[in-house]
This record gives sequence, structure tokens and C-alpha cells, in this order.
Amino acid sequence: MKRMNLEQYKGVMVFAQQVDNQLSSIAFELIGKGKDLAADLGTEVTAVLIGYEVKGLADELAAYGADKVIVIDDAELKDYRTEPYTHALASAIDEFKPEIVLVGATAIGRDLGPKVSARVKTGLTADCTVLEIGDFPLVAIPGKEQKHNQLLMTRPAFGGNTIATIACPDTRPQMATVRPGVMQKREKVEGAKANVVEYNPGFTPNNNYVEILNVVKSVVDTVDIMDAKILVSGGRGVGSAENFKLLEDLAEALGGTVSCSRAVVDSGWKPRDLQVGQTGKTVRPNVYFAIGISGAIQHVAGMEESDIIIAINKDETAPIFDVADYGIVGDLNKILPALTAQIKAVVK
Amino acid sequence: MKVVVCIKQVPDTKGGVKFNPDGTLDRGAMLTIMNPDDKAGLEAALRLKDQYGAEVTVITMGLPKAEEVLREAMAMGADNGILVTDRVLGGADTWATSTTLAGAIRNLDYDLIITGRQAIDGDTAQVGPQISEHLGIPVISYAQAIKIDGDSVIVERQYEDRYHEVKAKMPCLITALAELNEPRYMTPGGIFDAYKKEITVWGRANLVDVEDCNLGLAGSPTKIAKASDKVRKGTGEKVTLDAEEAVAYIMGKLTEKHVI
Repeated sequence: MKRMNLEQYKGVMVFAQQVDNQLSSIAFELIGKGKDLAADLGTEVTAVLIGYEVKGLADELAAYGADKVIVIDDAELKDYRTEPYTHALASAIDEFKPEIVLVGATAIGRDLGPKVSARVKTGLTADCTVLEIGDFPLVAIPGKEQKHNQLLMTRPAFGGNTIATIACPDTRPQMATVRPGVMQKREKVEGAKANVVEYNPGFTPNNNYVEILNVVKSVVDTVDIMDAKILVSGGRGVGSAENFKLLEDLAEALGGTVSCSRAVVDSGWKPRDLQVGQTGKTVRPNVYFAIGISGAIQHVAGMEESDIIIAINKDETAPIFDVADYGIVGDLNKILPALTAQIKAVVK
Repeated sequence: MKVVVCIKQVPDTKGGVKFNPDGTLDRGAMLTIMNPDDKAGLEAALRLKDQYGAEVTVITMGLPKAEEVLREAMAMGADNGILVTDRVLGGADTWATSTTLAGAIRNLDYDLIITGRQAIDGDTAQVGPQISEHLGIPVISYAQAIKIDGDSVIVERQYEDRYHEVKAKMPCLITALAELNEPRYMTPGGIFDAYKKEITVWGRANLVDVEDCNLGLAGSPTKIAKASDKVRKGTGEKVTLDAEEAVAYIMGKLTEKHVI
């Protein structure tokens, strides 16, 4: 990479993702983590809000801790499209020169992040689960400069089998996409007013502006599994779409929500937005029931931070038992109805 | 119509990962496969070949051993295979990898470039969009359906709770999801033909409009500070119980932890 003047880059910038003019939870999570990093660096967090007629969302970003909100508002930005959003965020980076840029590792962010990083010619670390400020190299090596105040980005690789900590010492900004559901939001401060900076780099459509012919929304349950305190999650071992009734009954008795493994989505038993795991969502409920889930490493990567994991599986060698706090080798078809009945009796 | 498909040979992480005593990955001990998302991308290209007579070129960057994955693709039906391999390209992150592949693709005529969404070893999903940026063409990521419409391509672009039906003028780059299709098998005739065909081997000298400072380990802006086998939390209790005992056991735990 070409050498850059690193000194002129200051502050933490986060991409405040919104869809249909509603802020995504990841925006608040990134602000929360950004505040920690900014405190270590003695700097501030700026949220970049990109969309059409979205200015009204700025105060909500302030309520979750954004010190400043850059609003890029243009009719070309109505629905997410790679090119105009890349132009917006890359222009904001060139203009405001942050030392760190955080983007959610969502279906939007995992497209936007790589485009922006290539445009501003810097590195990008994908799907981070830990971010901290530290030295690179971690331990001083004689004869080699050790840089301080670097963003150290930790992420799983090889399907969750290894973890790597990555730095971006020679270019700015240091960019990361961050897995949703991993970082903590701050307590919301009601009535907060945003310090808004309006900015528009100009949008001139070209061949890279694709045309959206149709937006097709899937019919989704109103409950986001990432917000659930109790998840009753089923895998291939549940046997059929109909048999998920057993899990739904248990979830209802506990005031919880049903989620599932990738195999279940691939079989068409449940929609994708209920999928837990590396290619689905990362969840950390108080209680996670893993029912008929073998526990492939890709699944475990999305739920192992749960406070209590209870697994039921008839195969005693299933790897899910390696991460479960309480593992029961048994028949889910017999256990679940009896368990649901007992819980109903107790909760009543 | 000309389609370029970027593919990668990856360790099969499903069967677990093997480590050397020093904690680094023992790639030699693991089976390798064609990355699943890339295979779906290849299948999509081969369907364009079946339907429109498209010429399909597969390209990979890797060690000389990566020739195997090109042979597999050609046995499935790809027309040409290009291996980009050079010592100076080793240790590349996604920036350096995408710079290299873009430099190689600049030698080719293409209407469509297809990559997998992400490879199962790195899981970054970055190389496809970054190639499109280097080449200055539109990208449509996360494709779950692809069709051709005159000089344009119409793609279903997947998001968490919806999809967009998106139209882009070619040339354009698409990243494919594994669920895009069910890839075909190699045929015996295809395997035979694949081993008769020449594979084109390119090195650093064949890359167009690429500076040395953007290649390999030295040209990678991201640097590994530390890598390790993942530390997992310890196993809890495991009990084998009949239904009645199991219910009593779970009820006990839920009560003890104040869940109910």
C-alpha cells in the first residue's frame, strides 16, 4: 500500500444503518463500542446516517451516544444500492478523515464495507467480535517500530475453528465490519438532541447505479430472535416443519421465541430470519434450548455466548453437548410435551 | 457472451480443522474442496453456457496445487482455466487478492464476472465487491437468482428480511450464494476432456495495471497480530434420562437459575 499521512485521521466513525427509515439495532451497538474505543483514544464518535428523508433519525443516534451525526440525505439513497451508498460513505471518509470506521456485518454492511475500503484504499477486517485499542506488534520486536493506539480487530476464521487478531497499522482509516448482536448498546438517554452536520457529496447516476425493479419483503414474525431472552431452537432432529409445534408450545409457555439451525432453513421448515449461526444471526439469550441440533461449529459460533445452554438430542456423540451447560440424551418428542405441561402448571 | 468465474480451493472445514504443534493450521492434513459459494457461481455460469452458449473461464489464485480445482471446474463444463500463481503473491489479504485477480481479469474479455459470496476459510465476503471496485463495474452481492435480459442482468439480491430484484448493465460482477442452485457433477467424459485441456498459468508479469506495493503480504494493509485455536468454554453436564426424569431435571435447572 502507498504510505499515507496517518496523523491527520482522528475520531471514530460508525455507519448508522437504516432500512425503510428505521435504524437497525447494529447502529446503536456500533455507537456503544465506538464510545469505548473513543474513550481510550480521547476522541469522539460520529455516526454517518445515509438515506432519503432520514434526518429525523439523528436524535435517536444521539440518544444512544453519538457525539455528532453526519446526515447524507438524497433521493438516490432511498433503498440500499451499492454504488450511491459507497459514494456517500467514502466521500464522508475523505472529507472528515476518521481514524476508525465501523460498519455492521449485515447483508448491507458486508457489501458496503469492502467497496468503501477499496475506494479509500485501506484494509478491512470482516465480522469482528472483539475490538480494542492496543499496540502493534502486540509485543515489541527489537529493530521494528511498535505502533501504539492501534485498532486490534479479533474475528473468527476457518468456520469458527480459529480466532485471529488483526491490525491495520499503515493505512487509515482502520476499518472493521462487526457482527450484529455482539457489542453492547448504551443506555438510551431520552430527549437527547443530535449535533447534526448535513453533507452531500453530489450523486450523478452512472452505469454502476443499478436499478431496483422490485422490493420483495418476506413475511416475518415481529420478534427478532436477537432480542429474545429465551430461545427454543430446533435443528434437523426435530424431523419436520409440523413437529416444530412442540417447540412453539414450549416457547409460548416460557415467554420465549423459536429459532432454528441452517439445516431447518435449507429444508424450508422455517424462514431465514430465524436462523442462528455463522450465516444466520448471533444470539445471546439468557436461556438457549438446542433441540435436535447436532451443533456444527457454524451453528455454535452464533449461540455459544448464551448464558445457559440446554441441549436435547438423541445422539450422545452430538457436538452440541460440548458447549451445553446441561445436556440431555433423550427423545425430544417425549420430553417436550411433558416439559411444556409442567412449565404451564408452575407458571400459572 | 463471456463469463469469468473466480473460484478458490479451500480446506474442508466441515470435517474439523487440524493444527500443527505450533498452533498454525495444518493445511496439508486437511482435504480440499472447491469453495461451495464459488461452485454455485460456476453452476450459474454453466447454465448460461447451456442456455446462451456462453464461454466460461474459471480463474483461481493460489499455489500450483490449486490447478486441481480448475480441472474440477473444467470437468463440470468450464471452457478455460487460468491459474494465477507467483511467490510474490503469497500472504495476500483481501485487498491484495482482489488487486491481483482484477489485474489478471484485465487481460480478458468479459460480460459477467461471478464470484462466490465468501470462502469458507476466511468468510470475509470481501474479494468479489473489491474486484468490482478495481475494475470500475457494478456489483450485485448475495445473488439468489440470476437471469439475462438483453445487455443487462436481473438478479435477486438477498437481504435478511427481503430481496431486491435488481437490474444492471453488463459488464457486471455478481457474488453467488450457495443456495443459488444445485451444482452439477463432473461427468466421466468431462473429466477426461479436462485433463487434455491446457491450463493457462500466469504470474506477476501477466498482471495488468497493478503496482508491486499492492501485492502479497507486503502489499496487504491488514496484518495478523495473533492467531490461535479458539478457546471454548468447558463442557457442562451430560445426562441420559427417560422423559419423566428429563423433565424433572430441566425443571430443577430452570428453577435453580430463576428462569421460572
